[in-house]
Order: sequence, then structure tokens, then C-alpha cells
Amino acid sequence: MLKNYVKLAIKVLLRRKFFTFISLFGISFTLIVLMVVSAFIDHLLKPSGPEKRSDNFLLVHMLILKSPDRRSSSQSSPGYRFLDRHVRTLQSAEKVAVFSGSQKATSFQEGRKIVSTVRLTDGVYWQILDFDFLEGAPFNSADERDGNFVAVISEAARIKFFAGDPALGRSIDFNGQSFRVVGVVDNVSHLEDSAYSEIWVPISTSRSTAYRHQMLGEFDALVLARNRDGLAKIKEEFRAVIESGVDFPDPKRYNWAMSGADTKLERIAREVVDDHNQFEARTGVLLAVVFGAMLLFMLLPAINLININVSRILERSSEIGIRKAFGASSRTLIGQFIVENVILTALGGVVGFVGSFIVLDVVGSSGLVPYAEFHVNFRIFAYGIALILFFGVLSGVYPAWKMSRLHPVEALRGRA
Amino acid sequence: MDEMIKLDDIGKTYRTDKIETVALQNINLDVRQGEFISVMGPSGCGKSTLLNILGLLDRPTAGSVQVEGRHVGKLGDRDLARIRNEQIGFVFQSYHLIADLTVVDNVEIPLLYRKLSGAERRRRAVRALERVGLASRIHHFPTQLSGGQQQRVAIARAIVGEPRLLLADEPTGNLDSHMGEEIMAILEKLNKEQETTIVMVTHDEHKAARTERIFRVFDGQQVH
Repeated sequence: MLKNYVKLAIKVLLRRKFFTFISLFGISFTLIVLMVVSAFIDHLLKPSGPEKRSDNFLLVHMLILKSPDRRSSSQSSPGYRFLDRHVRTLQSAEKVAVFSGSQKATSFQEGRKIVSTVRLTDGVYWQILDFDFLEGAPFNSADERDGNFVAVISEAARIKFFAGDPALGRSIDFNGQSFRVVGVVDNVSHLEDSAYSEIWVPISTSRSTAYRHQMLGEFDALVLARNRDGLAKIKEEFRAVIESGVDFPDPKRYNWAMSGADTKLERIAREVVDDHNQFEARTGVLLAVVFGAMLLFMLLPAINLININVSRILERSSEIGIRKAFGASSRTLIGQFIVENVILTALGGVVGFVGSFIVLDVVGSSGLVPYAEFHVNFRIFAYGIALILFFGVLSGVYPAWKMSRLHPVEALRGRA
Repeated sequence: MDEMIKLDDIGKTYRTDKIETVALQNINLDVRQGEFISVMGPSGCGKSTLLNILGLLDRPTAGSVQVEGRHVGKLGDRDLARIRNEQIGFVFQSYHLIADLTVVDNVEIPLLYRKLSGAERRRRAVRALERVGLASRIHHFPTQLSGGQQQRVAIARAIVGEPRLLLADEPTGNLDSHMGEEIMAILEKLNKEQETTIVMVTHDEHKAARTERIFRVFDGQQVH
């Protein structure tokens, strides 16, 4: 029976080529957009680069301080002092790394101006993130403690500074300081925002030690859990610290703090749905917004398909009448029509998949998101299959139901 | 002969918001197994409506329908579909073949709704086409055939499931006399050799005269 349905579905599609083209275009275009967006989200939430263990770590990336009367407040990335005293000391954490945001650095080499991004990190940073070393090794906690002027650079920086030649032991100068290259790592996607940079140097090489006394500043902390279940313990301990154990250097100015230890998703939720005033980020709201938007986006071609399908019923009423006369029940006809529609959407899906590969390849190689490599991986493929089925069923059910309700006598007379 | 289908005081009224149209009134008809009956009457007198009620494609608004002694008035869509599939075959004036399917695929349609393998369906469809003399055209499309050949395909489709009742609505109405004769011959052969019960709507007195019994309808009522 399925073979018969497939054969007929293909014939019906070929009968009205323009309708079929519009339907396929709608489905494949929507799928391309959704696949590209989901590849982007996948890349963001399930990184494959240095942050590949992101399921096991939390990020402390913001701090709000309020005055005793709560009228005055400051909000920014945490300062080194806060992270050093209140995050590095978390008992439930396996490891804690402190690092700065990436900043621009300017160099002049052989008369050329080179602009790169630099990040200040401690030695533990290299133990939590899994960088792919092309040369050498990372600097360690001793380098950080001793203020050694050593640097790890990316492949992109090696090309900028040394035209891609081996860089180990060579010097790079920027912002008036000179660093010895101890390691070269593969380029890191801009979307892995705790890892991304072109140059990494020890925090202690900062020109000033003022950062050591700052509650608010430009640092983040990565908190590695012993295992996935450990994330909740870390959160619980950090919440207790925030609520009662913060050591305020000037309690008359600020004596109330709020922060959060966030997963990647929670961090995005905090940024997008903007709730910095509570410990837990509103991921539910974010997911509802994202899925709602995706659903709406899918609804448009689905409605278009429904319309096209309903109008196709007009020309197939005689067939429906025949099938009913020869023993097809309404339920059987609904099944047939849904199968036909799933075939149409599957065809759109194939076009959409091919289109997604092309678009992701173009986006990846365009440099729009530096060093990002987008893949239609197995997970995305599964999303795609689910989307196609969703489309097929969504756009097929109503016309199929309408079709099955046709009175056989009216249908045989060609009145739909 | 056993009773195949029985109509008891059947009435059919079509109602819209403003108009009520009586299509059939007080119709009583017993169709016995193995009979070949023709239904005659002028255009619009209710012949096709009667055939649709006999074929369980339409429900009467009055009276009752019994198939082999079983009242079918309260049966649902699935049960009626199953009876149509297993016991009734239809031949329409305008053939009603699906243009996108080959001849053999068209003939297979009634078998799609039975639990049969694809090979068995194909075997039975080819055999039905052999019986109407079209075995050599199984891979043709309906539009590649003459009107008479298309009606023979329609008959093959109607008999492929070996129904006990064949309902033919003006099966020769769109054909020239030669082709019409071919179709009549096939129907007569089916009735005699397979003992298929046939109810045929026709305008043609000559063809009606070849059947065992003529049931006449005028203005929705049977003529005694």
C-alpha cells in the first residue's frame, strides 16, 4: 500500500509543478534557516573546541553590588578580588580558573601594525579548557605566580606575527611588553567566549596590581565540577557565599551582592531575558522564546502548505470518491494523505539539508564569526528529521481530515 | 435465491436552508443473489440516488437497508467501508479511473484495503484484467485507452475483489453501440459464470430487456 501511495504522491507532485515548487521552496527555505540557526545554537551550547567540557563547568561572569540603602548599585564582570576570595575557595569545585575578557592589543613588528586580542589567564585555565596545541605547551601556575612574560598564541596570531613559521621560543611585543611564546594553539571560535583569543598571557603580567583589590572588574571564573551532578553542589555553595559570606572591602559603600554560577545556557538566558537580580537565570523563559519563535517561523510555510493541500483536494475529489467507494475508510484516507505530505516535506527536507550544508559552509568560510566551524552534525540532523516530520504532519492533518470528510457521492461528482 | 440486499420503504430527501427536495420515496426493492436487474427511468428521477443507497455510499433519510439480512443503518464509516470493500463493486458511467495510475494500479485499488501482499494484489489485478481482455495493457495509463477499454478497466477494478454485488451506473452511457455491446457481454458473462449479482442503471430499453428484471423509477417513486 505504501508503495502505491508513494507512486501516487510523486505523480501528484509532478502534476502541478508550480504548486510543488512553491511548497518545496517554502519547506526547504524554512529548514535551511532553522538548520542554520540550530547549528549556531548547537555550536554555542555544545562547543566542540576548548570548551567541549562545558557540561561540567559553570561560569561566574557578573556581579551586582548595592549600597546599604539599595539605592546605588554597580554591575559588571567580577573583579579579581571577588573571584580570588569567593570563587577560588569553593570547596565543592574540582578546579577554578580566573581569566579576563579578551582585549585588543596593538603591536608594531617590522613596521607593520598588528592588532590582536589578548586574554589574561591563570595556570588552571589551561587545565579546564581543552586547547589543541600545535606547538609547545601552556604556561602554568608557577608562571602566573612569578609573573613570567610568557604567552600562548593562536595559529592566526602565529601567521600575523611570524608568517606561520614555528613560533616556539620567539618573542612577541604588544602594548609595550615583550612575551616569549611557549605554545601555539589551534584557532578558537569566537562563539566559545571563555576560550576565544589570539594571545593568552599570565594575569600577573598586568602593568598594575590594582586588579587584585577590585570587587568589580573585567574577570570571569570557570568552575569545574567533579562530575555533572557536582554542578548543583557548586551552585548551592556559591549561593550561600553570595547571600551571607561576601567580604566587602568598603561595607559603607556596598554591602549587598548578587551573582550567579551559570551554565552556557543560563548565561545566555541571563543576557537575553535580562535577569541579573536573582541567583538562578531564567532558562525556561529563554527556551520558551526560542521555541516559540521557531514554531512561528515553521507555522508560515505550514499554513501555506495547508492552503495548497486544501486546494489540491478540489482536483482529487473524484479519486477520494473512488477510494471510498472501494472500501477506504476516512482513517485510511487520512493516513494516505499524511504519507503523501510527509513525502513532499521529506523532498523539501533533502533540498533543505543540501542547502544547509552549503549555507553553513559559506557562513563558516566567510569569517562572519571568526574561526567558527559550523557543522550539520548528527544532533542537528536529528533536529532536522524531527522538523520535517513535524512539518509533514502539521501541514497534512487538517487537509487530510477535510478530505476524509468528503461525502463519497459528492466527491464522485467532483464537488469538493 | 437468497436475499442479497433489501430496501424497505426507502426515502431520500435533500434539505438545504430553504429548499427540501424529495429524491426518493417509498422504495421497496429486494435484490436476490445472482440476479441481474436494470433500473430505468428518466433523467433526474432518482436512479443514481437509489444505486448509491444500494451501494452504501449514501444513507436514506427514511426506511431501512439490509445487506444479507443485516441492518446497516447504524453502522459507522469503517464498517460500511468494509462491506463496500468485500461485497460491492462499482462501475460508473464516466469510468472514474485515476489518471496518474497505470491500468493495473487502478485495478489494484480495492485490494489495497485488504490484508494482501503486493505480489498477491498484482496477481489478482492481472487476472481481473485478463477476464476483461486487457491483460496486454496493464502498464498503460487510462488516457492511452479508448472509452470502451477504460470501462473494461473499471469493470476489472469492480470485480477484482470478487464482490457478490456489482452496481453499474449507466456503464454503456458514454460508449458507442459496439463498445456498449462489449461491456454488456462482459456483464452478462459475469452474471452467468460467476453468479455475480448485478444492478445496472440504464436508459437503454434494449439493454434493460436483456436483464432478468426491470425496476422502474419515476419522480422518485417506483413504478409498479
